[in-house]
Amino acid sequence: MFPFNFEWIWDMPHMVFMGGLWYALGILGLGMTYCIIKAAVDAGKKDAGNHVGNHARNHD
Amino acid sequence: MDSAFIPNGVRRCAPGKFLVVLAVAGAVLLWGVYAMLLCWFKGLNQTNMNNNYGFALWIWADLAVIALGGGAFFTGFLRYIIGKDELKNIVNYAVLIGFICYSSALLILAIDIGQPLRGWFIFWHANVHSMLTEVAFCLSCYFGVLTIEYIPLILENRGIDRVPFLHHLGHNMHDIMAVFAATGAFLSFFHQGSLGGVAGVLFGRPFSYREGFFIWPWTFFLFTWSAAAYGPCFTLLITKITEAVTGKKLVKDNVVELLAKISGWMMVTYIIAKIVDTLYWANVTAPSKGLTLMDFYSHNAFYGVWILILEIVIGGIIPAAILITDKGRKSPAARTTAFVLAVIGVCVNRWVMVLQVMAAPVMTFDKWALYYPSWQEVATTILPVAYGVILIAISYRYLPIFPQEPELNPID
Amino acid sequence: MKAEENHGNTKKFGMVIDLDVCTGCGSCMVACMAENNVPFRKDESDKLKSITWMRVYKLSNGKPYPETDICYLPRPCQHCEGHEGHSPCVSVCPATATDYDMQTGIVSQIYTRCFGCRYCMAACPYHARYFNWYDPVWPKGMEKYLNPDVSVRMRGVVEKCSFCIQRYQAAKNRAFMEGKADIEEGDYQTACTQACPAGAITFGDLNNPAHAVYKLKKQPNAFRLLERLGTNPKIYYLSSREWVRRAGDNYLKNEGPAKIG
Repeated sequence: MFPFNFEWIWDMPHMVFMGGLWYALGILGLGMTYCIIKAAVDAGKKDAGNHVGNHARNHD
Repeated sequence: MDSAFIPNGVRRCAPGKFLVVLAVAGAVLLWGVYAMLLCWFKGLNQTNMNNNYGFALWIWADLAVIALGGGAFFTGFLRYIIGKDELKNIVNYAVLIGFICYSSALLILAIDIGQPLRGWFIFWHANVHSMLTEVAFCLSCYFGVLTIEYIPLILENRGIDRVPFLHHLGHNMHDIMAVFAATGAFLSFFHQGSLGGVAGVLFGRPFSYREGFFIWPWTFFLFTWSAAAYGPCFTLLITKITEAVTGKKLVKDNVVELLAKISGWMMVTYIIAKIVDTLYWANVTAPSKGLTLMDFYSHNAFYGVWILILEIVIGGIIPAAILITDKGRKSPAARTTAFVLAVIGVCVNRWVMVLQVMAAPVMTFDKWALYYPSWQEVATTILPVAYGVILIAISYRYLPIFPQEPELNPID
Repeated sequence: MKAEENHGNTKKFGMVIDLDVCTGCGSCMVACMAENNVPFRKDESDKLKSITWMRVYKLSNGKPYPETDICYLPRPCQHCEGHEGHSPCVSVCPATATDYDMQTGIVSQIYTRCFGCRYCMAACPYHARYFNWYDPVWPKGMEKYLNPDVSVRMRGVVEKCSFCIQRYQAAKNRAFMEGKADIEEGDYQTACTQACPAGAITFGDLNNPAHAVYKLKKQPNAFRLLERLGTNPKIYYLSSREWVRRAGDNYLKNEGPAKIG
């Protein structure tokens, strides 16, 4: 899973497979980090709470 | 009592009735948990698996729920990537069902392995050439995606939504949901496929072995395709059941018909591919190993040609034919029949690709090995059903899962 | 393919079992269990949960008396080479708990790494892999007779014939201490080979022309189990009987046992 695991070999299968994994994990991790930080910033703004509570419907 | 947490504009049953439902499902859940603990503490000798049946009921259940949960990724793909906007009215439920299916699959895998405390070895000591490694990685990641897709729904609960941070978090997650959905579709393609690859690469098992493209056997593509085709049918079937239980119309017919139509056409293309695959396997692959088609469907008390007909004709061609016709789709009875048959079809496919593979003898002096599960296996397989009922009941009560519900069921 | 993975110049241990000589006495099974600390239970009536690294099958030609003929077929792990070490079980193990050794051709199992998914068992067409459904429990006092060179296995992991690899390691150690460059044929023999009273099992390096197995495997009556699957096993069987050779693989009606090259 990590280059320091002794099974790790710098070959194409490892790079493609683990590359795909870390790419997916990266998107999920960065995406969630963005959402959390932005939510904290938004919640800190003065008018943040104005429309809170009117949210029962789907956003789409 | 809990009215402050019930979504606006909808009516829910009395708390007492709700608790009774939870208690009944909870009792079944506890039974499953007891069996699960027996397997964890006493070992897999609690099951009827044996050295001929290393894979058995659980692995089938695992494959089946993942295929059925395929409705989540495919509906999400259609909604967020293709832009089928009407599907926003069912995508929440598809996500919830997917979440239940995938969490169940992970739980079943955790019970199924002989040394559960070493489960992390599959990640840490990963053999990148194993299809099961691919399954584990993509399954875990996609479960993360489903959790991310389910969280905004939870955050829409009236009580939770009052918290500014959580309110904004839900909003922000909605805003970039297409990115998560695309990642989910990417992961699903690989884990659905690699589940097919699990059986397809077994060149020591002529019943399941398939040639393929590059490193992927044909079953890789067939499993992905079938999950995309049949998964939405399960979503629609559960929606139908939920409507029957709640006595309410929850999703408009045009939404159901759209998803059913797409599912039907996917099934048509899948079943053509499946028939071609079966014919090639029966006429080329199996004979090259010295075996004929009937070697796999005779000389035993259970597996006959009927199972092939059940899978391809009754569980494939018929539901596909119903769903691609306007008349079939518009008739609630025919439509529901198609959903049931489709679910049976994909479950039978997963069954044969796990259990018949184990059952069929390979050495000439071997015999067919039939097996029946122990009560512990049955209980732990039913456990996810009870868990699903509970999660659906709670989610339906407290979350705005069906956006069209207030419109379809106005409160006077 | 890397140079060290080239099987050509390395050892490739294998067996030739003469089925015309085997009497089905089961000594090989007993010796194997004793040598490798194979666990057993009080009640072994459910054979599908028994662990028998070496298992003797009884084959019959299916004909009525007086043409009835039977054959006993000892079946250890076939240590399949597959295509370039791509044996059915090794490539599927998700945790790299089983390995194909290009230096010896031995398929090994790392018990402490196996987490018991049993995918390898599903992959093996020979049923040569066994799962520890129970914790090993030895009759009182018997634990003192366990082979100290072989680790016992815990519940929940897969095990299988290792070609008594501990004996190979010991032979290499002895050769080193004695200043020999390499081990000789007699230095490394499996327990089943030595226990067979009829001398039906011959073990050695299939790549070494000086070893008996090198010549035996080339006999016209030699065959391997399920060769057509592409498993490329290292256990060769000999039989002068056509029906026995035919039982070694699946054939369509118009086919017959293929000659091994």
